[in-house]
Order: sequence, then C-alpha cells, then structure tokens
Amino acid sequence: MADTANTASASLSVQDMILALHAYWGAQGCLILQPYDMRMGAGTFHPATTLRALGPSPWNAAYVQPSRRPTDGRYGENPNRLQHYYQYQVIMKPSPPDLQALYLGSLAAIGIDPLLHDIRFVEDDWESPTLGAWGLGWEVWCDGMEVTQFTYFQQMGGFDCKPVAGELTYGLERLAMYIQNVDNVYDLRFNNHGVSYGEVFLENERQMSKWNFEVADTETLFEGFRRAEVECRKALEAKVPIAAYEQAIEASHLFNLLQARGVISVQERASYMGRVRDLARGSCEGYMDRYRAEWEAKFPGWTA
Amino acid sequence: MGSQVPGVDGMSQMTSNADFLLELRSEEIPARMQAAARSTLEALFLAETVSRGLHVGSPEDQHASISVYTTPRRLVLIARDVPLFTETTREETKGPRTSAPEQALEGFLRKTGLAKEQLTERDGVWFAVVEKPGRAAADVLAEAIPPIIRAFPWPKSQRWGAASLAPDSLRWVRPLSGIVALLGDDLIDCEVGGIRSGYATMGHRFHHHGDITIGNADDYAAKLRAAHVIVDHAEREAIVRKGAQKAAAEAGLVLVEDEGLVIENAGLTEWPVPLLGRFDEAFLEVPPEVIQLTARVNQKYFICRDSAGKLANAFVCTANIAAHDGGAMIVAGNRKVLAARLSDARFFWEQDRKTPLSVQAEKLARITFHEKLGSVADKVERVAKLARWLVEEGIVSSSPKRGGGPAQLVEGPVPPSPTVPHHHPADGPPPPSGEELAAQAELAARLCKADLVTEMVGEFPELQGLMGGYYARAEGLPDAVADAIRDHYKPVGQGDDVPTAPVTVAVALADKLDTLAGFFAIDEKPTGSKDPFALRRAALGVIQILLTAQVRCNLSSVFHGAITSVFRSVLDRAVAGDPNFAMYIEKVWKVQPHPSLPAAEFAARMEDFAAELGDFEIKLEPYSELALEFLRTAPAVMGSTPAALVTFFADRLKVQQREAGVRHDLIDAVFALGGEDDLVRVLARVHALQAFVTTEDGTNLLAGYKRAANILKKEGFTYSPLPVGEGYQAEPAEQALVDALDAAEPGAEAAVEAEDFTAAMAALAILRAPIDAFFESVTVNDADPAKRAGRLGLLDRFRAAVHKVADFGRIEG
Repeated sequence: MADTANTASASLSVQDMILALHAYWGAQGCLILQPYDMRMGAGTFHPATTLRALGPSPWNAAYVQPSRRPTDGRYGENPNRLQHYYQYQVIMKPSPPDLQALYLGSLAAIGIDPLLHDIRFVEDDWESPTLGAWGLGWEVWCDGMEVTQFTYFQQMGGFDCKPVAGELTYGLERLAMYIQNVDNVYDLRFNNHGVSYGEVFLENERQMSKWNFEVADTETLFEGFRRAEVECRKALEAKVPIAAYEQAIEASHLFNLLQARGVISVQERASYMGRVRDLARGSCEGYMDRYRAEWEAKFPGWTA
Repeated sequence: MGSQVPGVDGMSQMTSNADFLLELRSEEIPARMQAAARSTLEALFLAETVSRGLHVGSPEDQHASISVYTTPRRLVLIARDVPLFTETTREETKGPRTSAPEQALEGFLRKTGLAKEQLTERDGVWFAVVEKPGRAAADVLAEAIPPIIRAFPWPKSQRWGAASLAPDSLRWVRPLSGIVALLGDDLIDCEVGGIRSGYATMGHRFHHHGDITIGNADDYAAKLRAAHVIVDHAEREAIVRKGAQKAAAEAGLVLVEDEGLVIENAGLTEWPVPLLGRFDEAFLEVPPEVIQLTARVNQKYFICRDSAGKLANAFVCTANIAAHDGGAMIVAGNRKVLAARLSDARFFWEQDRKTPLSVQAEKLARITFHEKLGSVADKVERVAKLARWLVEEGIVSSSPKRGGGPAQLVEGPVPPSPTVPHHHPADGPPPPSGEELAAQAELAARLCKADLVTEMVGEFPELQGLMGGYYARAEGLPDAVADAIRDHYKPVGQGDDVPTAPVTVAVALADKLDTLAGFFAIDEKPTGSKDPFALRRAALGVIQILLTAQVRCNLSSVFHGAITSVFRSVLDRAVAGDPNFAMYIEKVWKVQPHPSLPAAEFAARMEDFAAELGDFEIKLEPYSELALEFLRTAPAVMGSTPAALVTFFADRLKVQQREAGVRHDLIDAVFALGGEDDLVRVLARVHALQAFVTTEDGTNLLAGYKRAANILKKEGFTYSPLPVGEGYQAEPAEQALVDALDAAEPGAEAAVEAEDFTAAMAALAILRAPIDAFFESVTVNDADPAKRAGRLGLLDRFRAAVHKVADFGRIEG
C-alpha cells in the first residue's frame, strides 16, 4: 500500500475490504460468522452480539450484517443515505486489553495509514433503549468522518455485562468511500472487475424506498407486529428464548417500517418502543434463565 | 522548588524532599471531562496524603506545589517538595486522676494498651503519651494512590476486560491501562485493579512505538515531548489557539475565536496541528450561523472571516499528527465531510423556505408543550393573545422609554442618584398606531415557534428563533416581526442581549409570562436545585426586559391575565376536542363562558362553575379528564398564584440585583408595602431608599422607626381614638412631632405620587429631629391613659408616614 496509498487502483474494492477484515479478525481469534437471516436495524441486533454479550463465557466473533433503516431511504437519490447498508461487526468478550490497538491494526489492514490520516477517538456513548443496553466508548473519526462506533458494553437486556464485551461497528460503505476516494456510494467499486455498488444496489434502493414509504400495507404491518408480540411470549413460555428473540427482532423491524409509513404518532412512538423493549428484555431474561445454572457452575462466584 | 534526590538510594535521610510524579494512563478521556478531572485529582491527592500525615509543599499553600495536567490518554499530577518522611507525632490521652479508684486506672490501661509504668503523671492526673515515628513518604503514597483511583468521581465510568467478570471490578472513565508513580527516582509500588505501577509509559499513539521509561518528575514532560506528546494541556491550548490564528492569517483571513473549541481540540489531541481548508463558496448562501454551528458542533472546526468581516469559505481543523504529507490528505478528507454536512444544511435551508411559517405553525398542534397545558399550538395561541393584550393595555407601547431610561449612576462611592426621574409619559413623539403594533405583536407571536418544526431546527435545536427570523424575512414579513421572532427567547441569561424593540418586547414577555403562569397554575414550581422548566430563567428574563425597556405594569394583574388565559385555553381545547366535554360544560355552565369576559368576571364564573362540577357519568377523553381536574382548581389557583408569582419575582429580583450592589433587605422593604409590584417603580424606590438609609438622617430615622415600632408592638397597639393633646396638655416635643408630621406627610405623599422617591425621602428626613426629641423627653407609657393613647397614636401615625415609602421594619441594621 505504502507506495501508492489511496490511489484508486491500489485501494480495496468493497468485497476485498470485507475479505481483508475477515482475514484480520479471523487471525485475532474471532469466529467469522455470516449475516443473520432476518431484517434488522443494526449489527448489534444479531444474536451473536445481543445474546452472546450475556453471561460469563468468552466469545469472539466478526461478521457482516446487512442493516435496514427504512426511514433513511432516499430512492437512490442521496449519495450517502441508504435504507439498506452493511455494518461490519466485531464483538470480543471479555474486551481484550489491547482492543484499541487491534482496531487500529484493522484499519491498517484495509489501507489506512495513521500518519497520513487523522484517526481520533471522540466521546460517544451508546444506548439502545429497545435492547435495554448501554455502553461507553467513542465514535472513531478518520479525517473528521465517523467510520466506526467503538463501545464497551455495560448492560445488555437490562443485565450488567459480566464480563464487559468490546463491540466495534464499522460503517462499511463510508469506509469504502473513504478508501476509494469517491463521493457517491453508488460509484464504489464493488469488485475489481468493473462492477459498481450502484449496479448491485441502486435499483434495490429505488424499489425498496418506494415500498417502505408508499406501498407496504400498514394493516399487515400492524398485524405482523401483534403476531410477533404474541409469538415472542409463547416462545418465552416454552423456554426457547432464542426463538423469542427472533420475534423481538421481527417486531422491531416492523415498527421501523410503520415509522417509515408515517402511521405512528409521536405519542404512540414511545409506547411501541416500550413494547419492543419488553420483548427484547424478556428474551434476554429468558436466555439468562436458560443458562444461569450452567454458568454459575462453570464460573464459580459469577452471578447474573 | 524540589531538592533533587541524588543517587539510587533516594530515600536516604540525608535529603528531606523529593518531587512526586503520578501518571494515570487510560484510553481516550472525553475532552469535556478533563478540566474537572484535574481539579478532582489534586483535591483527592491532598485529602489522601494529608489524612496520612504527609504534607506536601508549604503549609500555607499546598496547592502551589502541585501541578496537574491532562492529555486525552493521561491524567498527571506532579507534587514538588514532598517530604521524604512524615513528622513524628506525639499523641497525649488524658486518663483518670491518680487518686481515682483502681478500676478506673485499669480501664484506662486497657483502652490505651499500655502498662502503668508507661503512663506519665502530671498535676495528679495520668496521661498516656504515644509517640508515633514518622513514616516514609513512599509508604504513605503507595497507600494513598489506590483509594484516589477507586474513589475518583467520573461523571460516567465503566468496567472492562476480564476483571469485569466480578461485579466490583475497578471503574474508570475508560479502561485504565497504566500507572507511573515515582518519588524522586524511586518507584512507588502499588497496584489497583490488577494494574501495577511502574516506570514505563507510552508516547503518541502513532508517532511513537514501544515503552518510554520515565526517570523522575523532572524528565517526564521532556521524554514525552520527544515521543510527540505535549503533556501540558495549557501548552496544547496555546498551540491550537495560535496555530489556528496563524493558519487563518496566512490565508488572509481572521479566525473567529472560540475558546471552547480551543479547549476541546486540545483535549482531543496529544500533538495538535491546526490545518486550514476551504469549502465550496456556494455554501455561503446558507446563513452564517448555520455554517458556524455545523462546523463547530459536528466537526469541531473553527471558522474564519474575511477582511470585511464576512464569513469566509474556510475552516480550521486540528489534527493529532504531524502528517507525512503536511496534512494535505487530512484537509481533503475533512473538506469532504464538511461538504456533506453543508449540503444537508443547504438542503434544509432550501426545503424550509418552501413552506411559509404560518403553514409550519399548524404542525405545532402535534407537539406537546405539557400534558396539562396542551400543545405548542395551544401555547402559541395564548402567547399571541397575551402579546396583543400587553400592547392594547398600553403596557408595551412604541413610545420611547419613559423617564429617560434606567437610573443614572453618580460617579464615585456615593450610591446611585436620587431616583429614576419620572416625568409622566407622553413627552415623546406621538407613538405609531397602537393597532399596528398590536397586530405585529400578535402576528410575530403566532409565528414565533413555527421554526421548531423546520428541518434546520430539527437538526440544530440551538438555532430556534434565529432560523424563524431568517425564514420570516425571506417570506417578506416586516423587519419588526422577523426581529421579534428571532429574539423572543431573549434574554437567556444575565449576559445576553435584552430586547427593547416594542414588538419583540411584547412577544418575549408574553412567551415567558405564559410559561410562568402555566407552570405555577399546575403547581410545577421550582424547588431547591430543581427547575425543570427553567422558570427561574424565565422570570429573570421578564425582570431584565421590564427594567431595560422600562416597561411599566402591575405584575399581579398581568399574572392574573396570563393565568386566566391558561384556563381559557385548557377549557377551549377540551370543548373543541371532546363533544361529551362540550355537552357537560354546557350543562354545568349556566352562563355561557366566553373567553372575552373580563378577568375578574371570568374568575367569578369559574368559581360558580367549579362549585357545580360534581361527579360526572359520561366518559370523557383522557385529555378532558385532565382538563376537568385542572379547571376544578381554578378558583384556588386564581386566588393564590398571582401573589405567589410576585413573591417568586421578588426573590429573583434580589438575586439579579445583588451583582449591582442593591441590598436585598431594601427590596423586601418595598415589596412588604403590598400592592407595589411595578418593578420599575420598585427599583426606583429601592435606589432612593438605599441612598437614604446610608445618610445620617436615614440611619437615625430608621432607629426612631424601629423604636416606635417596638413600642407599638409591645403595647399591642391597634388603634387610638384619642388624638394628641385630647384631655391633656401636649408636651412641646410631642407637639413638634405633630407639626413635623403635618408638614412631612403631604410632601412625602405628593412625591410618592410623582414617583420622586428621593424627594419623598427628603420629606421624611424632616421627621428625624422631632422623633429623636420626642423619645428624648416624652414618656409614652404614661400613667394617664389619655396621654398614653394619644402618644401611641402619634407613634402609629409616624410609622404610617414612613410606610408611604417602604416598610422600614424589613431594613436590617
């Protein structure tokens, strides 16, 4: 990299960047997982983060998670905003003492020279009311642009994290736009054989924006939300908390779609979020209950 | 100054002092927390060492020998002249008398753990004397460091790593990664949360690799500097400040200085390098405040002006590295980020202007102002009516300030000049049409909150008001209206500009008065340190406007009007939104309530209404239920709240005037008159009073007043039917006081009437000699009931005369 840093030909394509991150984090002992096969708003929702952040067992994983933010859709007309984009997610539990150095190593692995680019850790604490989760950390800036959210989880599903997990969330498109020096996400080179990000996703953005904002049947969405709620409770009663959690993910996404359809008023919004939170928390509690005895036996002195 | 510890064995008794270095290294500490962390570290260090008998530096000023520094990754304390040993202490405990029974002595020995032979006897009493030898400072420090770290009160702290499996693992602002603790050249060996102290630290994250070994406090900063870390935050701040100025000057521009940004950038960098970049000139069509805010809040950039003072298309960012390419790529990257931010801002600016404010204002109905007080649209409706009312009542008018503005201050130590020289109104030019002013005030009020629903204010809430002003001007509204929309939140603190333009004054007052009236009416008053609705600030704002713009009004009647309008608004809303409620109201309310009723009548009807409100069977909307409950309180609220607000304002006025040196007891003395709640006049009285009570006449008159008041109180005096001299021969001093009162009373009264309070004081001053002479030679409590009654009556008359100006009983001293 050093000789031709940041010229278009030398910079990584989107897919090579993902492969480089996989190789890097795999070498650090992370499991390389695949995306969760459900629609969700962020990589944190993947059970590999949410549920695995609970309990005392060590857990190191990395994966790409397609993230859906229906309200961010712009019909493919905005160079930066997408209703579907990729997050690269790393979770390491317990957080290793050199997590910052490991992270910086990953930036080097995708071609960012920290003596040419200004990398900064700027205070940004993270909170997800719907997951009953919060943590302290930073947004990592590269030349003034936020490229990663770096968080030490303190609570998940209302439970103290014992031990604390470190979570890294890279915005892949942003990082790629940076590395490839392009101003429009659709101009990104997806591979090095002439396929652009726009060729893969532009039409998808147009159609999905239209569906999210205009077409999706709101009665079906409301009904889906209610069903997911019911199904989640049934799953909890049946003591299958992972299945319950999937329903919480489903409800959360349906809520986001209802928001995009503009059918949830400001007052209702809080109440819907509370309902999603109850599902997510209930699932986390169910998960804790399921493993509590096992964990207490394996880690003497550990308590939920 | 520290005597350096020589050699390896620095702790030898030969040298008495050494310098101490403590570095607590961590992952990046939020910039905003660093200043407080420095003072906390210093305070905790002193507390933990002093309590262990270790006294750093000179006893008079321990702080002088301590320096504290921060970088994003370290918190540092250097203490100079730390004594290597603590003083030997001698502790003496008094025991029983030597003559005391044996058991007492035994008990004392048990308590002290000594044998009888070890006790000392003095004057027939046993003493236990224990000498504690001094301890090595190194031991004391090793003991003191862990509690400093464990007790450190970060605003937010976290657990981390493998240790966090246990619930009580160490907490720090971000993971703590290293401790350097050296006294002289020697390591202070200690351990906290699995982190052991050592000599090693780290340099700059990117410019230096590997450990740096620190020798002592003296080489610490220099070694770090060699590793691209400037330890002293003040030095980094100076680099940011000067570097940013220089970068701007080299581009032929002037930096817009911003000390908050200087400190923040210094708190984000260990090796700050300010760099100037440019952005597309086309963005300059966006209001400059928006550009500045975007640059500042989102990106922490400085902005620049050109030589003509106009915003330039340039920014200064602060990098944390000396980049190989001189920063070209950093600037390019930052430029791109700023361009994306500014395109968003320009998009908002363009979008927002497509919708007139009057249309935006309709959306305010969706925003709740307060559950009980309705939506922001409801509030706007009240503010609009109140603003119009303030103009129609002549409280706010377009005539120039009456009385020539605030009191003129006399140079020198003499208290403020006599008074606000009030010549009654109407000496100015004829005011423009009152209806025009009322219409503008109402219009501005109706639009003043509309920008809350614009995209721009959604993105930058700090721009509320300002953007409304821009949008109003852009759609061609008169300047007076646009200015009022822009400035109606003002003043937002003691230092802020205070509006004086009539339309702005009307809207700014109405907005704040409605907030105060509303929250007082629903009993959400500030308590202690809790003031969630910023009512103290609102009251202070009203006070500042009234005094600066010399707005004359009786506060309690204004409050009464504002509270009435709150109830009307709640009632209207419930009637409009709930047919059942409307039916109910019609049934209960014999006389149709109409908002146009005068306040007093409205209050009376509310009383009838509340009396009629019984249990109600029909189901109401949740909001109507709330409204009903609230309306039931109307008579009580209307009765008590205006007075409560006046008291609240009196307290705020005292706080506000303290800085100007106005005595709070004099403000009390004027408010205690009751019924005096025109703040402009209150302050004129207070100024005159303050000037008067410090004169000899004033002091003596006050003494005479207090004596008279004491006697009246002691005698339980209420009323005397007998005039002076009735049935007895008045003594000369008695008659003289009567004559003086005859002369003073009309003078004082006329002066008060003319609001010339200095003249009123002067009129009262002639009472001073007669009242002194009266007390000198006349016996009030005479055996003759007629004399006693007449004289008490005379004192009462004297007291009443003085009360024309102020309640002297409230004056201290």
